[in-house]
Amino acid sequence: MVLYNPQNAKDVCDIISGALAGGGKLEIIGGGTRTDFGAPNRETDRLSLKSLSGIIDYNPSELVLTARAGTPLTELNEAVSARGQGFAFEPWGAFMSTIGGVIAAGVSGPRRISAGAVRDHLLGFEAVSGRGESFRGGAKVVKNVTGYDLPKLLCGSWGRLAALTEVTLKVLPRPPERLTLLWRGLADELGFALMRKAMRQPVDVAAAAHLPGQATLIRLDGFGPSVASRRAHLNAVLTKYGAPEAMDEAEAAPLWATCQGGGALPSGPPLWRLSLPPRRALASIAPLLAMGGDYVADWAGGLIWLSLAGHEEVIRQRAAHVGGHATLARAPAELRERLPALHPQPPAIEALYRRIRRAFDPLGVFETNRFLDETNAD
Amino acid sequence: MPLKMPLPDQRVLARRDEIIAALRRIVPGEGVIERPDELRPYESDGLTAYRQPPMVVVLPETVEQVAAVLSYCHKHGVKVVPRGSGTSVSGGALPLADAVLLGMGKFNKVLEIDYEDRLAVVQPGVTNLAITNAVEGEGFYYAPDPSSQIACSIGGNVAENSGGVHCLKYGLTTNNVLGVQFVTIDGEVLRIGGKALDAPGLDLLGIIVGSEGLLGVVTEVTVRILPKPETARALLAGFPTVESAGQCVADTIAAGIIPAGMEMMDKPAIHAAEAFVNVGYPLDVEALLIVELDGPAAECNHLLEEVQAIANRNGAVTLRASQDEAERLAFWAGRKAAFPAVGRISADYLCMDGTIPRGQLPKVLRRMNELAAQYSLDVANMFHAGDGNLHPLILYDASKPGELERAEEFGADILRLCVEVGGVLTGEHGVGVEKRDLMPVMFSEVDLRQQQRLKCAFDPDSLLNPGKVFPTLHRCAELGRMHVHRGRLPFPELPRF
Repeated sequence: MVLYNPQNAKDVCDIISGALAGGGKLEIIGGGTRTDFGAPNRETDRLSLKSLSGIIDYNPSELVLTARAGTPLTELNEAVSARGQGFAFEPWGAFMSTIGGVIAAGVSGPRRISAGAVRDHLLGFEAVSGRGESFRGGAKVVKNVTGYDLPKLLCGSWGRLAALTEVTLKVLPRPPERLTLLWRGLADELGFALMRKAMRQPVDVAAAAHLPGQATLIRLDGFGPSVASRRAHLNAVLTKYGAPEAMDEAEAAPLWATCQGGGALPSGPPLWRLSLPPRRALASIAPLLAMGGDYVADWAGGLIWLSLAGHEEVIRQRAAHVGGHATLARAPAELRERLPALHPQPPAIEALYRRIRRAFDPLGVFETNRFLDETNAD
Repeated sequence: MPLKMPLPDQRVLARRDEIIAALRRIVPGEGVIERPDELRPYESDGLTAYRQPPMVVVLPETVEQVAAVLSYCHKHGVKVVPRGSGTSVSGGALPLADAVLLGMGKFNKVLEIDYEDRLAVVQPGVTNLAITNAVEGEGFYYAPDPSSQIACSIGGNVAENSGGVHCLKYGLTTNNVLGVQFVTIDGEVLRIGGKALDAPGLDLLGIIVGSEGLLGVVTEVTVRILPKPETARALLAGFPTVESAGQCVADTIAAGIIPAGMEMMDKPAIHAAEAFVNVGYPLDVEALLIVELDGPAAECNHLLEEVQAIANRNGAVTLRASQDEAERLAFWAGRKAAFPAVGRISADYLCMDGTIPRGQLPKVLRRMNELAAQYSLDVANMFHAGDGNLHPLILYDASKPGELERAEEFGADILRLCVEVGGVLTGEHGVGVEKRDLMPVMFSEVDLRQQQRLKCAFDPDSLLNPGKVFPTLHRCAELGRMHVHRGRLPFPELPRF
């Protein structure tokens, strides 16, 4: 395995062109914190983007930040916090996570239900396609519909379309107050019902999670007087669930962190990420819990992190049955070798995915069989 | 007209009767329109400067009919132009002489409302406003609100990724759609997204929204609905200079406030609107801001005071906060009627739609006024100030020879200026035919080819809405060409474009 470490976009073009000429494959990595996702790929050459690092332009007043794709997430968070701003989709990752990696893996945190996902905050990019050509998509302003919305397509594409070299993101003011209301020990049905009830209120719930056996959380973000008023509204309509405790941002942070990648769930069994219609989520996973599964629910029930050994087919069936999908987020290499990480889709959709990948990467230089969906990959 | 559309395919025109007969077999009764006088109403959309009757109009009522129409057209090499309510102001639904115009107006039902999961499933011909009407009884609404919301269809909104005055806080269509049912040119019916917040694999929904009818035909839309904010209040602030109004906007955002709406009008726009609706806009100011705050009363009142203070610091000469709902609506009445108001003082107008970094506003307005003098045409400016989306209205008279061409040249110069200062050609109206030929101003040839390759993945024969968005029609085979190295291609069994 060769590890390429380009210093600029031109190097990236050259490396990809070189791989094309030699018939080689490239797995694109950022901070290397998510390489255990998908089928193990010990032999494939890697193209690391972490030397493409640093903020290129940050204008707080325009709500826009442009950085090289390999910039560490922590560096970006510090830079925008210093100006009272933040990424509203609440990206998260391990220590070395890069912004390019967050985008390629499509990572959004608890506030996704109110502020949108990473796809809603990536405004533009520069990248190198599988043809070895540098190209641009989107732009550097907050509102733009010129041409196809390629930034959305790059989010969650796992480095299969292009190597991101530069990204432009929307930044927003950081809410001055973040209040978490916490109800302890509600049964699952009650916790989910509470989240649904809260989401129906005109109180702009920022985030909602249920940690079974532990707590149900509702977060209100905003200006002080507004948060106080919304808290009073929620208290009035949620009386049947008992009086909640209130936590400030620092106190509640460890609880919200357990929603990131399943946090405190047992690390032994495989970890699944289920994206489900919230109303049907609990019924959908009930049989899986009966089989010994543990879970936490984020996104008001729309996102379930499930820890469960075996029963892979049942897990995917249950998710698909309600119109959702199940991603194998973490598992031993043996399981990842035979089970696709992403939930397989109907043949017509998979065929369309493949044609789109070929549109960016005609010779399959980024097809490393990590996703077990290129039957003809060589 | 200076606009060049792809030349009609004479072989297709020669088969017109046969095509009409085939369409009648798919959509019986009055769903196929072919008489010249009946084709007339379809000859243009909201961009009325361009007109072209279609070869035939088909108005299917079922998804099966849509699939059959597309499948037939695909098989026989017939072009298709999809159309919603026909309110596009960029010519997205401009017909072609040799194309079937596929009208989706009969898909007008709200199929499902789910308040628990806060979504509505609707057919694409349902109007934007009808979605809010269907859910407001339960205290919900659909957030994107283009000015044409009484008439424009949600299918058209999906195609154009429509915005509105509340985009800064609530996003465009793309941020408020959860899923679509979508028919490809070969007649395949696909479900993309749905009631969950994301889908596995590539974000197809992300590229379908805003694809201007070039990738497929949407037959069902799942939108996110939101609980209606308890209250909304608006502030009307007049400024002696555009710079001071612009600084007020920048300071508001710097204070961490994202208003529900923040609109700016320049002097000609203020005067036109006030003459039309008489809502008490100040006439002695150079720029007028309408700032709307929504949420619980406590939040609105708190933020309104903050914005008032910011406006005062920036030298606002008039400042009024709405005291009741009637007054709030009156503040908006002038802005919402600005287009017809301008229509009253000018025979015709062109509405531009560039976005710029907000800090560039004074420079852009200054340059725009210089251009107006140079072209001897008047311009009135409306501006979604929060997100930098400009709507200059260029006033002209189409009956005067050469004036449309001059207005178009002026418009093109404005859009070039937007790109030059770091902005874009269109913030919410779409490229369509209107800005098609300016795409190379914003994108390189490599960028454009990459976008067109994406199109080829959906529609390899370029049958869907050709002549829109891209200035040059490349054949997919040409776009797919790739140097072969060492005489060996991976995936030898793959069909290549």
